[in-house]
Amino acid sequence: MSKKVFGFFNKQKEYEKEVLENGTAARYSGFYADSFKRLKKNKMAMFCAIVLILIILVAIFAPLLAPYDPTYQDYSAVLASPSLAHPFGTDEYGRDILSRIIYGSRVSISIGIVAQVVASLVGVTLGAVAGYYGGVVDSIISRIMEIFQAFPDLIFAMAIMTFMGKGVLNLFIALRLLTWVRTARMIRGSVMQLKEKEYIEASRANGASTFWIITKGLIPNCLSTIIVMVTLGIPNAIMYEASLSFLGIGIQPPTPSWGNMISAAQTFISYRPVYSIMPGIAIMITVIAFNIFGDGLRDALDPKLKS
Amino acid sequence: MLSYTAKRLLQTVIVLFGISLITFILLQVVPGDPVALMLEKRADPETIAKVRHELGLDLPLATQYLNFIKGAVHLDFGTSYFTKEVVSDALFRCFKVTVKLACMAFVFAAAIGIPSGIFSAVKRGKGVDTFVMILSIIGVSAPAFWVAIILQIIFGLKLAVLPISGFDSIASYILPSVALGARYAGNMARITRTSMLEVLGQDYIRTAKAKGVKKWGVIMKHGLKNALIPIVTLVGTDFGYMLTGSMLIEKVFSIPGIGKLAVDAMSNRDLPLLEGTVMYIAFIFVIVNLIVDLSYAFLDPRIRYGKGEA
Repeated sequence: MSKKVFGFFNKQKEYEKEVLENGTAARYSGFYADSFKRLKKNKMAMFCAIVLILIILVAIFAPLLAPYDPTYQDYSAVLASPSLAHPFGTDEYGRDILSRIIYGSRVSISIGIVAQVVASLVGVTLGAVAGYYGGVVDSIISRIMEIFQAFPDLIFAMAIMTFMGKGVLNLFIALRLLTWVRTARMIRGSVMQLKEKEYIEASRANGASTFWIITKGLIPNCLSTIIVMVTLGIPNAIMYEASLSFLGIGIQPPTPSWGNMISAAQTFISYRPVYSIMPGIAIMITVIAFNIFGDGLRDALDPKLKS
Repeated sequence: MLSYTAKRLLQTVIVLFGISLITFILLQVVPGDPVALMLEKRADPETIAKVRHELGLDLPLATQYLNFIKGAVHLDFGTSYFTKEVVSDALFRCFKVTVKLACMAFVFAAAIGIPSGIFSAVKRGKGVDTFVMILSIIGVSAPAFWVAIILQIIFGLKLAVLPISGFDSIASYILPSVALGARYAGNMARITRTSMLEVLGQDYIRTAKAKGVKKWGVIMKHGLKNALIPIVTLVGTDFGYMLTGSMLIEKVFSIPGIGKLAVDAMSNRDLPLLEGTVMYIAFIFVIVNLIVDLSYAFLDPRIRYGKGEA
C-alpha cells in the first residue's frame, strides 16, 4: 500500500529494491514509507484525508451529483425553503443552492490547489536561490519578500484585481503574488542550513554544477517542507478566494463560488438564513480538513516537531 | 540593541520605498483614464487636458513619483477626485473607526485565546484540551465574514439583543469585534498551547516544581514568562492583520472604516484616495511589524546578538 501511494518517490523505491536484491539483511523502508506509516496512525488526519478525497470527487463529478444545473433559474421557486426537491432551498433567482454549492467546490478546490502549487514553484525557486547564494542576491530577494509581505494582503489582491480586471486568471495571479513569500522564506532558511552540510561540500568538490547542487542536492531534502507548505497553503488560498469573491472582486456570478454565494445571501439573512449558512459550512469543512491533514502530514514527515 | 534598532529602521525605510514604488506603478497601469471618469462624458478634450495639467498628471512619471513621495512624507495625498475631501482627513476619519474595531477585536481575541491556550496546555490530553482545540480550529477555519453573518442571524435577528449594523454605540461594536477576533482567538490559543507545552517540558520547570513552588506559580511565573516570545510575535502581527482584515467585517456590518474607504476608492478609480489608503495601511502594517520585531529582540537577547534575520 505504502509503496503504491508514494511510488512517485522513485529514488527511495529503487534504493529499497537494490537493497533487497543484494540480499542485505536490514530492510530499508524509506523515509516516505516511514512517514506514511506514521501518518496512518493519526486517525484524525486520515479521516480528514478521506473527507478531502470526497470533496475532490464531488468537484470532479459535479455534473453527475448536482440535482440541477447551477445556473438554471426557476422563477416559480424563488428563495424557496429547504424541501425534498431543493434540500438547501433556492436563491433569489430560483437556482438550487445544493447544486450551486456542489459546483462551487470546483472553483474553490481548483483555485486553491493551482494557485498554491504555482506559488510554491515561485517560492521554492527564489527561496533556494537566495539561501544558496547569500550575500547580495539574498539581500535583494529578501527585501523583495519583505515588501510583498508588508503589503496588506487583501488590499494588495484587491488592487491587482482592480487594475487587471476581474476574471479567474487574474484571481490566480493575485493569489500567487500573495502566497509565494512564506514558502520562499522557509526554503531559504532550510537551504541556508543544508548548504553547510558535508555532502554538499563533497559534491562541490567533485565538480557538481550549482544547478545540480540546488536541484538534486538541496531541493529534494526540502521536499517534506514543501509538501507541508503546499498542503497548509491551500486552505489559505481557498479563504482568500472566498474573501475576494465575497467582496465582489473575485469569481463573478452566475458562476457559483462559495464566497459570492454568501455575498448574495447576505441580503436575505432575515428571510432565508439557510442560504448564507450552507456555503460557509462548505468552506469551513474544506479548510478544516486541509488544515488537520496538513498538520498530520507535518508531524508524520518531521517527527521531531511532534510534541 | 541600538545597532539592531538602527538596522531594522533602515530596512523599514527601504520596504516603505518599495511599497510606494509598487503602489505608484500599479496605479499607472490602471485601465481607464481617471480624469475622463471624473468629468464623465460631457468633457471635451480641452477640459480634460486642463484638468490633467491641474492635477499634475501631464508631468513625466519620475516627477509624478517624486511629488507623490514628497506628499506622502508630509501625509499629504491631495484631495479626492470625487468627494473633494482632503485625503488625509478621510483617512483619519475612517481610520479611527477601524482602529477602534481592531482594538476591541484584539482585546476579545487575547482575553479568550491566551487563557484558554494556557489552560489547555496545563490540562493536556483532557477533555478541556480537546474542547479548546476543536473550538480553535473552527475559529481559524471559518471565514470571518461568514462568522459575522451567523452572529447577525443569531444575536441580531433570532435573539434580537444586539444591533446588526451601524457604529455609534458600544453595543454595535460587539458583534463586529467578535467576528473579527474569532479567528485570532483560535490562533492565539493554538500558539499559546504549543509554546507553553514546550516550556513546561524544560528542566527548570521541574526544578521549580521540585523546590516546592505552587503549581500555578510555576505555570504563570516560570512557564508563561518564557512562553511569551512566540506569543508576542504572533499577537503583534495579528494586530496588523486585524487592521487590514476588518475590510470584510466592515462590509457585513456596513461600518465606514478604512476598508470601506479602500473598496470605494477602487471602484471609483479615485487615485489620490487609493494611493493614500494603500500607503497608509501599508505604513501601519510595517510599523506594527517593526514594533513587534523590536520587542521580540528586547525580550530575547539571542536575536539582537545573533546573525539577525535578514
